[in-house]
Amino acid sequence: MFHKLKLSFYLFIALLALSMPNNILAGNACTNGNLVNPGVLTIASGNPGYAPWVLDNAIEKGKGFEAAVAHEVAKRMGFSGNQIKWVSASFDQSIQPGVKNFDFNLQQFSISADREKVVDFSIPYYTANMAVLVRKHTIEKGAKATLTSVRKLVWGAVANTTGMPFIKTVITPTTSILLYDDNADAVGALKAKQIDAAVFDLPTALFISAVQMDDGVILGQFPAADSTNPDHFGMLLSEGSPLRACVNEALSSMKSDGKLAKIEAQWLQNSTGIPVIK
Amino acid sequence: MSAEKSSTYHKNGTPLPAGVPQISRRQIYENRAKRRSIITASLSTVFVILLLSFLIPLTPGWEEVKKSFFDWNILVKVFPALLEAFLVDIMIFAWSSVAIAILGLVIAICRNASSPAFYPLRLFGTIYTDVFRGVPVILAIYLIGFGIPGLGLDRPWNNPYIWGSLALILSYSAYVAEVYRAGIESIHKSQKAAALSLGLSQMDTMRYVILPQAIRRVVPAMMNNFISLQKDVALLSFIGPVELLRQAGVYKSLLANFTPYVGAAIIFLSVTIPATRFADHLIQKQNKQRSQ
Repeated sequence: MFHKLKLSFYLFIALLALSMPNNILAGNACTNGNLVNPGVLTIASGNPGYAPWVLDNAIEKGKGFEAAVAHEVAKRMGFSGNQIKWVSASFDQSIQPGVKNFDFNLQQFSISADREKVVDFSIPYYTANMAVLVRKHTIEKGAKATLTSVRKLVWGAVANTTGMPFIKTVITPTTSILLYDDNADAVGALKAKQIDAAVFDLPTALFISAVQMDDGVILGQFPAADSTNPDHFGMLLSEGSPLRACVNEALSSMKSDGKLAKIEAQWLQNSTGIPVIK
Repeated sequence: MSAEKSSTYHKNGTPLPAGVPQISRRQIYENRAKRRSIITASLSTVFVILLLSFLIPLTPGWEEVKKSFFDWNILVKVFPALLEAFLVDIMIFAWSSVAIAILGLVIAICRNASSPAFYPLRLFGTIYTDVFRGVPVILAIYLIGFGIPGLGLDRPWNNPYIWGSLALILSYSAYVAEVYRAGIESIHKSQKAAALSLGLSQMDTMRYVILPQAIRRVVPAMMNNFISLQKDVALLSFIGPVELLRQAGVYKSLLANFTPYVGAAIIFLSVTIPATRFADHLIQKQNKQRSQ
């Protein structure tokens, strides 16, 4: 009798376990009910994605710094493989009013107080130094890594970045600044000698000088602490998103256990040896 | 007409004695109809505006849209810089429009050259308009703005203002040439024949007989081209110059707010609306002259 009862009790437990809601929905307690698409984490990035942040314009492959960071953050939030949906969204799409199509968006967005009024940012996952990209002939003509020397150059930057205010406030050039739509156009202007120097974040500058130009040289960099508006890259979330806490948690755990530094070492070039502009 | 003029009435319909300012019955009717249509038009306009200003704020997203498109503080903050950037547009427009008007005329005359010896000119004119009307302005700007300086020109000859303006001039003069050609072809052939038979040379015929009439006819159409040129000047920002639209874009990205674009639109409109009205006025004047 007792034996039978015990058996039926076990059976009951087994049935209960089977009938329990299966763990179909991925994620952890933090993300439940807060996702744009229930059960999947929707991550946005730029189209095209630029190296070394995203390689081959395919963030889903996890190659490139931001691609790897996105995968790792997703993993720590409890998503992997096809539980992640990849979409593309421009900066303008990210700041437009109304519903967003992503849970978070990463494409070298700099955190700033003005932008914080409209959208939310995670804690920074990378702090970029501003770097000055020139061509060999500019250095041959005597440009040096000093503020007084670079001030005389003709400057260009990508319009959607913090490059323009940086040039205006830190470099204060003698001629007016020229602005371009994207990296490719700014490089085009360098090649056409319409500008002498362009500012990019250091990893981008390193990549352009190594891959996209034959005679590109990095004249120098500005340490983040020096500039009035350091480029802290954060993940962009819609204003008041409850997911921010989850993303921040994942990012800080990556920082404390050294994973973020490891990803950085794997995908971003070593930038030691680049002179600092004073 | 004369029959109506002879019997005149007061506004209220009673016949008027001679010598009093006269107003015909037809005019009374027309004045009344005009007044009625003005009242109807203003009432319906007020109604639509009220309806819109009542309904739009009721939509759930209005507060957010207002915040990101119509932020008064941001508008005030960025407007002076936008105005300053607009000077760049005006500058580019000023020299481009003169060059376009001249080059367009030259191309149109090339296309109209009738002597067989000038066939190469005609061919050139045709190919020119075909190519530059077919190529997107933005491609011309990239190709000429980055491409030609890239061939090895040095400062100041690789200036984006020079080559960007040239791209605009080449593209727009193709359109303007077609407008001129339409004007030239609208002058009846008999005028040319008459001028030639009077002993004027081909060139003098063109210069003193055909062009003065042709140009007068196409002025309104030309105005439209220049109004759209005024907006397309902003395309030069793709190759560097920080003009109005680019400046607005910079603020948009720094402030994460679209209000600077609204500011830019206000500045553009404050120029294009009067220009459009002026073109309309010219067309109307011309129509009146023609119907006389």
